[in-house]
Amino acid sequence: MDMTDISPDEVVVWKWGFVHLNATILWTWAVMAVMAVGSWWITRRLSSGPEISRWQNLLEVIVGYTRDQIRQISRQAAGPYLPFIGTLFLFIAVCNALAVVPGYVPPTASLSTTAALAICVFVAVPVYGVMDQGVGGFLKDYVEPSVVMLPFNLIGEFSRTLAMAVRLFGNVMSGTKIAAILLAIAPLFFPILMQALGLMTGLIQAYIFAVLATVYIASGQEAAGQAEPSDQEAASTGEPRSES
Amino acid sequence: MDIQSLVAVTSIFIGGLTIAIGSIGPALGEGRALAEALRSIAQQPDESGTIVRTLFVGLAMIESTAIYCFVVSMIVIFANPFWNQVVEQATR
Repeated sequence: MDMTDISPDEVVVWKWGFVHLNATILWTWAVMAVMAVGSWWITRRLSSGPEISRWQNLLEVIVGYTRDQIRQISRQAAGPYLPFIGTLFLFIAVCNALAVVPGYVPPTASLSTTAALAICVFVAVPVYGVMDQGVGGFLKDYVEPSVVMLPFNLIGEFSRTLAMAVRLFGNVMSGTKIAAILLAIAPLFFPILMQALGLMTGLIQAYIFAVLATVYIASGQEAAGQAEPSDQEAASTGEPRSES
Repeated sequence: MDIQSLVAVTSIFIGGLTIAIGSIGPALGEGRALAEALRSIAQQPDESGTIVRTLFVGLAMIESTAIYCFVVSMIVIFANPFWNQVVEQATR
Protein backbone atom coordinates (compact mmCIF):
# COMPACT_ATOMS: atom_id res chain seq x y z
CA MET A 1 0.00 0.00 0.00
CA ASP A 2 1.35 3.37 -1.02
CA MET A 3 1.64 6.29 1.35
CA THR A 4 -1.14 8.27 -0.29
CA ASP A 5 -3.63 5.39 -0.45
CA ILE A 6 -6.11 5.61 2.37
CA SER A 7 -7.42 2.08 1.89
CA PRO A 8 -6.45 -1.07 -0.07
CA ASP A 9 -9.58 -0.49 -2.16
CA GLU A 10 -7.55 1.99 -4.19
CA VAL A 11 -4.74 -0.46 -4.95
CA VAL A 12 -5.81 -2.08 -8.22
CA VAL A 13 -3.94 -5.32 -8.73
CA TRP A 14 -5.47 -6.45 -12.01
CA LYS A 15 -7.72 -4.74 -14.50
CA TRP A 16 -9.77 -6.19 -17.35
CA GLY A 17 -12.37 -3.98 -18.98
CA PHE A 18 -14.61 -2.65 -16.27
CA VAL A 19 -13.56 -5.43 -13.86
CA HIS A 20 -11.14 -4.10 -11.27
CA LEU A 21 -9.54 -6.53 -8.87
CA ASN A 22 -8.37 -4.50 -5.91
CA ALA A 23 -6.12 -5.57 -3.07
CA THR A 24 -9.01 -5.91 -0.62
CA ILE A 25 -10.80 -8.58 -2.66
CA LEU A 26 -7.58 -10.39 -3.51
CA TRP A 27 -6.32 -10.66 0.04
CA THR A 28 -9.76 -11.41 1.51
CA TRP A 29 -10.00 -14.41 -0.77
CA ALA A 30 -6.42 -15.36 0.03
CA VAL A 31 -7.15 -15.30 3.75
CA MET A 32 -10.35 -17.29 3.21
CA ALA A 33 -8.44 -19.85 1.15
CA VAL A 34 -5.68 -20.16 3.74
CA MET A 35 -8.19 -20.68 6.55
CA ALA A 36 -10.45 -23.09 4.63
CA VAL A 37 -7.65 -25.21 3.19
CA GLY A 38 -5.79 -25.13 6.49
CA SER A 39 -8.73 -26.38 8.52
CA TRP A 40 -9.61 -28.98 5.86
CA TRP A 41 -6.02 -30.26 5.94
CA ILE A 42 -5.94 -30.39 9.75
CA THR A 43 -9.36 -32.00 10.22
CA ARG A 44 -8.67 -34.59 7.51
CA ARG A 45 -7.40 -37.10 10.02
CA LEU A 46 -8.77 -36.39 13.47
CA SER A 47 -8.23 -38.76 16.31
CA SER A 48 -10.16 -39.07 19.53
CA GLY A 49 -7.46 -41.07 21.25
CA PRO A 50 -4.74 -39.77 23.55
CA GLU A 51 -2.33 -39.35 20.62
CA ILE A 52 -3.28 -36.26 18.63
CA SER A 53 -1.32 -34.31 16.07
CA ARG A 54 0.02 -30.95 17.09
CA TRP A 55 -2.24 -29.13 14.60
CA GLN A 56 -5.34 -30.81 15.98
CA ASN A 57 -4.14 -29.75 19.40
CA LEU A 58 -3.87 -26.16 18.17
CA LEU A 59 -7.42 -26.13 16.81
CA GLU A 60 -8.77 -27.76 19.96
CA VAL A 61 -7.10 -25.11 22.09
CA ILE A 62 -8.55 -22.33 19.93
CA VAL A 63 -12.09 -23.75 19.93
CA GLY A 64 -12.01 -24.59 23.63
CA TYR A 65 -10.72 -21.19 24.62
CA THR A 66 -13.29 -19.44 22.41
CA ARG A 67 -16.12 -21.43 24.00
CA ASP A 68 -14.80 -20.56 27.42
CA GLN A 69 -14.58 -16.85 26.68
CA ILE A 70 -18.05 -16.72 25.09
CA ARG A 71 -19.57 -18.47 28.08
CA GLN A 72 -17.87 -16.16 30.54
CA ILE A 73 -18.82 -12.99 28.66
CA SER A 74 -22.39 -13.82 27.64
CA ARG A 75 -23.07 -15.85 30.80
CA GLN A 76 -24.91 -18.40 28.66
CA ALA A 77 -24.05 -21.71 27.03
CA ALA A 78 -21.60 -21.03 24.20
CA GLY A 79 -23.07 -23.51 21.71
CA PRO A 80 -25.23 -21.32 19.43
CA TYR A 81 -22.79 -18.42 19.35
CA LEU A 82 -19.59 -20.33 18.69
CA PRO A 83 -19.82 -20.56 14.88
CA PHE A 84 -20.55 -16.87 14.36
CA ILE A 85 -18.29 -15.33 16.99
CA GLY A 86 -15.48 -17.78 16.32
CA THR A 87 -15.60 -17.06 12.59
CA LEU A 88 -15.47 -13.31 13.18
CA PHE A 89 -12.56 -13.62 15.57
CA LEU A 90 -10.52 -16.04 13.47
CA PHE A 91 -11.05 -14.10 10.24
CA ILE A 92 -10.04 -10.76 11.74
CA ALA A 93 -7.16 -12.27 13.68
CA VAL A 94 -5.72 -14.04 10.62
CA CYS A 95 -6.23 -10.92 8.49
CA ASN A 96 -4.31 -8.79 10.97
CA ALA A 97 -1.65 -11.33 11.90
CA LEU A 98 -0.64 -11.94 8.29
CA ALA A 99 0.46 -8.27 8.14
CA VAL A 100 4.04 -9.46 8.80
CA VAL A 101 4.12 -11.05 5.33
CA PRO A 102 5.81 -8.61 2.93
CA GLY A 103 3.51 -7.26 0.25
CA TYR A 104 0.38 -8.24 2.12
CA VAL A 105 -2.23 -5.59 2.85
CA PRO A 106 -4.72 -6.43 5.59
CA PRO A 107 -8.25 -6.46 4.11
CA THR A 108 -9.45 -5.09 7.44
CA ALA A 109 -7.64 -1.83 6.61
CA SER A 110 -10.50 -1.16 4.20
CA LEU A 111 -13.73 0.35 5.45
CA SER A 112 -15.70 -1.93 3.09
CA THR A 113 -14.53 -5.10 4.85
CA THR A 114 -15.07 -3.79 8.36
CA ALA A 115 -18.47 -2.36 7.45
CA ALA A 116 -19.47 -5.76 6.06
CA LEU A 117 -18.37 -7.47 9.27
CA ALA A 118 -20.22 -4.91 11.40
CA ILE A 119 -23.38 -5.34 9.31
CA CYS A 120 -23.13 -9.10 9.91
CA VAL A 121 -23.26 -8.36 13.65
CA PHE A 122 -26.08 -5.86 13.09
CA VAL A 123 -28.12 -8.60 11.37
CA ALA A 124 -27.11 -11.31 13.82
CA VAL A 125 -28.44 -9.44 16.86
CA PRO A 126 -32.14 -9.61 15.79
CA VAL A 127 -31.70 -13.10 14.34
CA TYR A 128 -30.38 -14.53 17.61
CA GLY A 129 -32.86 -12.45 19.61
CA VAL A 130 -35.88 -13.69 17.63
CA MET A 131 -34.58 -17.26 17.75
CA ASP A 132 -34.39 -17.04 21.52
CA GLN A 133 -37.52 -15.16 22.60
CA GLY A 134 -39.71 -14.74 19.51
CA VAL A 135 -40.54 -11.61 17.51
CA GLY A 136 -42.71 -10.00 20.19
CA GLY A 137 -40.30 -10.61 23.01
CA PHE A 138 -37.39 -9.25 21.01
CA LEU A 139 -39.24 -6.11 19.89
CA LYS A 140 -40.37 -5.51 23.47
CA ASP A 141 -36.73 -4.87 24.42
CA TYR A 142 -36.80 -1.69 22.34
CA VAL A 143 -39.62 -0.08 24.32
CA GLU A 144 -38.08 -0.85 27.70
CA PRO A 145 -38.37 0.90 30.12
CA SER A 146 -40.82 3.18 28.26
CA VAL A 147 -41.85 4.02 24.69
CA VAL A 148 -39.91 7.29 24.94
CA MET A 149 -36.69 5.28 24.72
CA LEU A 150 -37.56 3.72 21.35
CA PRO A 151 -35.74 6.25 19.12
CA PHE A 152 -32.70 6.22 21.38
CA ASN A 153 -32.52 2.45 21.29
CA LEU A 154 -32.75 2.49 17.51
CA ILE A 155 -30.08 5.18 17.21
CA GLY A 156 -27.88 3.19 19.56
CA GLU A 157 -28.30 0.13 17.37
CA PHE A 158 -27.05 2.00 14.29
CA SER A 159 -24.34 4.03 15.97
CA ARG A 160 -22.71 1.00 17.58
CA THR A 161 -22.58 -0.70 14.19
CA LEU A 162 -20.86 2.37 12.75
CA ALA A 163 -18.53 2.53 15.74
CA MET A 164 -17.51 -1.13 15.34
CA ALA A 165 -16.73 -0.66 11.66
CA VAL A 166 -14.77 2.56 12.08
CA ARG A 167 -12.90 1.30 15.15
CA LEU A 168 -11.50 -1.78 13.42
CA PHE A 169 -10.80 0.14 10.21
CA GLY A 170 -9.07 3.00 12.02
CA ASN A 171 -6.87 0.77 14.13
CA VAL A 172 -5.66 -1.46 11.30
CA MET A 173 -5.37 1.41 8.82
CA SER A 174 -3.35 3.48 11.29
CA GLY A 175 -0.93 0.57 11.70
CA THR A 176 -0.27 0.19 7.98
CA LYS A 177 -0.22 3.96 7.45
CA ILE A 178 2.30 4.58 10.21
CA ALA A 179 4.49 1.77 8.87
CA ALA A 180 4.39 3.38 5.41
CA ILE A 181 5.21 6.85 6.77
CA LEU A 182 8.08 5.53 8.89
CA LEU A 183 9.48 3.62 5.91
CA ALA A 184 9.73 6.97 4.16
CA ILE A 185 11.50 8.83 6.97
CA ALA A 186 13.36 6.20 9.07
CA PRO A 187 13.58 2.99 7.05
CA LEU A 188 16.29 1.13 9.01
CA PHE A 189 14.95 -0.42 12.19
CA PHE A 190 12.05 1.56 13.56
CA PRO A 191 9.30 0.28 11.20
CA ILE A 192 9.84 -3.25 12.54
CA LEU A 193 8.99 -2.11 16.05
CA MET A 194 5.85 -0.40 14.81
CA GLN A 195 4.92 -3.55 12.86
CA ALA A 196 5.25 -5.56 16.06
CA LEU A 197 3.05 -3.04 17.84
CA GLY A 198 0.57 -3.22 14.95
CA LEU A 199 0.54 -7.03 15.28
CA MET A 200 -0.45 -6.72 18.93
CA THR A 201 -3.04 -4.04 18.17
CA GLY A 202 -4.51 -6.19 15.42
CA LEU A 203 -4.96 -9.24 17.65
CA ILE A 204 -6.43 -7.11 20.46
CA GLN A 205 -8.84 -5.52 17.99
CA ALA A 206 -9.91 -8.95 16.74
CA TYR A 207 -10.57 -9.97 20.34
CA ILE A 208 -12.47 -6.76 21.05
CA PHE A 209 -14.59 -7.11 17.92
CA ALA A 210 -15.56 -10.63 18.96
CA VAL A 211 -16.24 -9.56 22.57
CA LEU A 212 -18.43 -6.67 21.48
CA ALA A 213 -20.35 -8.90 19.08
CA THR A 214 -20.92 -11.36 21.93
CA VAL A 215 -22.06 -8.60 24.27
CA TYR A 216 -24.47 -7.14 21.71
CA ILE A 217 -25.95 -10.52 20.81
CA ALA A 218 -26.22 -11.60 24.43
CA SER A 219 -27.95 -8.35 25.40
CA GLY A 220 -30.80 -9.26 23.04
CA GLN A 221 -31.38 -12.58 24.79
CA GLU A 222 -33.97 -13.40 27.38
CA ALA A 223 -31.46 -14.84 29.81
CA ALA A 224 -29.30 -11.72 29.75
CA GLY A 225 -28.06 -10.82 33.20
CA GLN A 226 -28.73 -14.20 34.77
CA ALA A 227 -26.13 -16.27 36.52
CA GLU A 228 -23.35 -17.99 34.65
CA PRO A 229 -24.13 -21.60 33.75
CA SER A 230 -22.91 -23.91 36.47
CA ASP A 231 -19.92 -26.21 36.26
CA GLN A 232 -22.21 -29.16 35.91
CA GLU A 233 -23.83 -27.80 32.78
CA ALA A 234 -20.45 -26.93 31.34
CA ALA A 235 -19.21 -30.43 32.08
CA SER A 236 -22.26 -32.07 30.51
CA THR A 237 -21.63 -30.31 27.19
CA GLY A 238 -18.04 -31.47 27.28
CA GLU A 239 -16.46 -28.03 27.49
CA PRO A 240 -13.12 -27.57 29.13
CA ARG A 241 -13.29 -25.37 32.16
CA SER A 242 -10.32 -23.25 33.04
CA GLU A 243 -9.80 -20.38 35.38
CA SER A 244 -8.24 -17.52 33.50
CA MET B 1 -1.58 32.74 -2.04
CA ASP B 2 -3.67 30.95 -4.64
CA ILE B 3 -6.67 28.86 -3.69
CA GLN B 4 -4.89 25.54 -4.22
CA SER B 5 -2.15 26.17 -1.69
CA LEU B 6 -4.71 27.70 0.66
CA VAL B 7 -6.65 24.43 0.68
CA ALA B 8 -3.41 22.44 1.13
CA VAL B 9 -2.25 24.58 4.05
CA THR B 10 -5.66 24.47 5.73
CA SER B 11 -5.91 20.68 5.27
CA ILE B 12 -2.54 19.96 6.83
CA PHE B 13 -3.07 22.44 9.65
CA ILE B 14 -6.52 21.10 10.50
CA GLY B 15 -5.32 17.51 10.17
CA GLY B 16 -2.62 18.07 12.76
CA LEU B 17 -4.96 20.02 15.01
CA THR B 18 -7.65 17.33 14.82
CA ILE B 19 -5.43 14.51 16.00
CA ALA B 20 -3.67 16.74 18.56
CA ILE B 21 -6.82 17.96 20.29
CA GLY B 22 -8.69 14.72 19.72
CA SER B 23 -6.12 12.59 21.50
CA ILE B 24 -6.12 14.66 24.73
CA GLY B 25 -9.45 13.40 26.03
CA PRO B 26 -8.96 9.70 25.29
CA ALA B 27 -5.43 9.82 26.73
CA LEU B 28 -6.69 11.22 30.03
CA GLY B 29 -9.59 8.77 30.05
CA GLU B 30 -7.41 5.75 29.30
CA GLY B 31 -4.96 6.74 31.99
CA ARG B 32 -7.75 6.98 34.52
CA ALA B 33 -9.25 3.66 33.46
CA LEU B 34 -5.88 1.93 33.67
CA ALA B 35 -5.14 3.38 37.10
CA GLU B 36 -8.52 2.24 38.41
CA ALA B 37 -8.03 -1.22 36.93
CA LEU B 38 -4.58 -1.55 38.54
CA ARG B 39 -6.04 -0.51 41.87
CA SER B 40 -8.81 -3.08 41.53
CA ILE B 41 -6.31 -5.82 40.64
CA ALA B 42 -4.20 -4.87 43.66
CA GLN B 43 -7.28 -5.14 45.87
CA GLN B 44 -8.67 -8.31 44.31
CA PRO B 45 -5.98 -10.29 42.47
CA ASP B 46 -8.33 -13.25 42.05
CA GLU B 47 -10.58 -11.26 39.75
CA SER B 48 -7.75 -10.06 37.51
CA GLY B 49 -8.99 -12.08 34.51
CA THR B 50 -12.38 -10.39 34.48
CA ILE B 51 -10.90 -6.98 35.23
CA VAL B 52 -8.32 -7.17 32.45
CA ARG B 53 -10.93 -8.34 29.94
CA THR B 54 -13.31 -5.53 30.85
CA LEU B 55 -10.39 -3.11 30.80
CA PHE B 56 -9.47 -4.08 27.25
CA VAL B 57 -13.01 -3.67 26.01
CA GLY B 58 -13.38 -0.36 27.82
CA LEU B 59 -10.07 0.92 26.51
CA ALA B 60 -11.16 0.05 22.99
CA MET B 61 -14.37 1.99 23.52
CA ILE B 62 -12.49 5.02 24.86
CA GLU B 63 -9.86 4.77 22.17
CA SER B 64 -12.44 4.83 19.41
CA THR B 65 -12.95 8.58 19.87
CA ALA B 66 -9.26 9.11 19.16
CA ILE B 67 -9.55 6.73 16.23
CA TYR B 68 -12.40 8.80 14.81
CA CYS B 69 -10.18 11.87 14.99
CA PHE B 70 -7.38 9.94 13.29
CA VAL B 71 -9.68 8.81 10.49
CA VAL B 72 -10.95 12.35 9.99
CA SER B 73 -7.41 13.77 9.83
CA MET B 74 -6.37 11.02 7.39
CA ILE B 75 -9.36 11.86 5.19
CA VAL B 76 -8.54 15.56 5.36
CA ILE B 77 -4.90 15.01 4.40
CA PHE B 78 -4.95 12.07 1.97
CA ALA B 79 -8.52 11.97 0.65
CA ASN B 80 -9.67 15.55 0.84
CA PRO B 81 -13.09 15.74 -0.87
CA PHE B 82 -12.49 19.32 -2.04
CA TRP B 83 -9.06 18.72 -3.52
CA ASN B 84 -10.14 17.53 -6.99
CA GLN B 85 -12.65 20.35 -7.22
CA VAL B 86 -10.00 22.94 -6.41
CA VAL B 87 -7.48 21.46 -8.84
CA GLU B 88 -10.15 21.46 -11.53
CA GLN B 89 -10.88 25.12 -10.88
CA ALA B 90 -7.19 26.03 -10.90
CA THR B 91 -6.45 24.32 -14.21
CA ARG B 92 -9.53 25.66 -15.96
